[in-house]
Amino acid sequence: MDPQIIIARRVAKELRQGNLVNLGIGIPTLVANYVPSDLKVFFQSENGLIGTGPIPEQGMAHPLLTDAGGRPISALPGAATFDSAMSFGLIRGGHVDVTVLGGLQVDAHGLLANWMIPGKMVPGMGGAMDLVSGAKRVIVAMQHAAKGKSKIVAKCTLPLTSARPVNLVVTDMAVIGFPDGKATLLETAPGVSIGEVLAVTEAELAIPDTVPEMKI
Amino acid sequence: MKAVSVEEAVAMIPSGASVMVGGFMGVGTPERLLDELVRQNKAGLSLICNDAATPGKGVGKLFDATLVSKLTATHIGLNPKVQQQMLGKQISVDLVPQGTFVERIRAGGCGLGGVLTPTGVGTLVAEGKRQIEVDGKPFLLETAIRAQFALIHAFLADYLGNLAYALTARNFNPIMAMAADTVIVAAEHIVPVGVIAPDHVVTPAPLVDYIIANG
Repeated sequence: MDPQIIIARRVAKELRQGNLVNLGIGIPTLVANYVPSDLKVFFQSENGLIGTGPIPEQGMAHPLLTDAGGRPISALPGAATFDSAMSFGLIRGGHVDVTVLGGLQVDAHGLLANWMIPGKMVPGMGGAMDLVSGAKRVIVAMQHAAKGKSKIVAKCTLPLTSARPVNLVVTDMAVIGFPDGKATLLETAPGVSIGEVLAVTEAELAIPDTVPEMKI
Repeated sequence: MKAVSVEEAVAMIPSGASVMVGGFMGVGTPERLLDELVRQNKAGLSLICNDAATPGKGVGKLFDATLVSKLTATHIGLNPKVQQQMLGKQISVDLVPQGTFVERIRAGGCGLGGVLTPTGVGTLVAEGKRQIEVDGKPFLLETAIRAQFALIHAFLADYLGNLAYALTARNFNPIMAMAADTVIVAAEHIVPVGVIAPDHVVTPAPLVDYIIANG
């Protein structure tokens, strides 16, 4: 299975009935494709919409209805639109149940870096800092390693997104949580051994007695 | 409120002015005003806008024409020209978390000196800012932002200047319409008074100085 789809399918299992969910760009966006149809979840787009729907059919796009990347989307029945102060009030004020974000690095204490590589890439933080500071639950969805280098590091070398640790990291190889503030291997991806995870993980990982395989 | 031509409206904006522009990735941006800023070559602008859009779209046009000297924004990653101009030191860029950006503008429009936010505590964003504890929790003091001009996109404007917005084109527009000395609006539709019901007016008429008349 495509690594991104493994991640998206596993993250989708974290969503609960009635949750207000904000998905970042990249892998997190894919999560919406794997939510069971009988699970009612509200997706927020931070440019001012709750109730984002699929990409409209050819010829049906409205130029004033887009996602946060400016791409056309639709709005589901029951959707609501609002201004940016409301949108970030929802985010910062703890009204968003789950946010799923991409990551460049997550460290052994769950701190996330995902908004710049000094001297190389300075896109800006957009809404990421508010989402990590304010959402009830923060899930990072990212590849375990990039170009053979672990993205689960002992200590972030890139600028932090927030001083608040994330709750869960889902990669193509593992699910990692931070009980008692310490990176802990909770699940391995199908066909991946604990040893294989440890071989590409820079941070020290606590290994519980049983580490089940991801159910996706 | 006074109805003016787009040429007259932009003629009021001097080069070097501070200008807020509504919109999110070019959606909900008053394109006619931006086209005219480019045509009248208003340079050295201090631009306050959520993002830099993309080349050829929204405020991206101002960067195509190198009219911006200072940018306050939350995200510039989708406009490579801005990255080039920043790395070439042609423009200075102040990157602000999006929730902080909108609250600073809201504060500017509401007579507040700033806001206290937990966003950015313990990050690069906190550098040089006062950290204030409230009930044992750390917050950053983020100061208010205002501008000389706000360029606003509305879906409906009535003859008095009441505004209503559409879908995700609302974004920063009603907040910025509170936070500038002169507010100039380009609306998709100009309608008689009463078409926008009182409950549906988002920006009340007294906040609007100029509406761009239909050509």
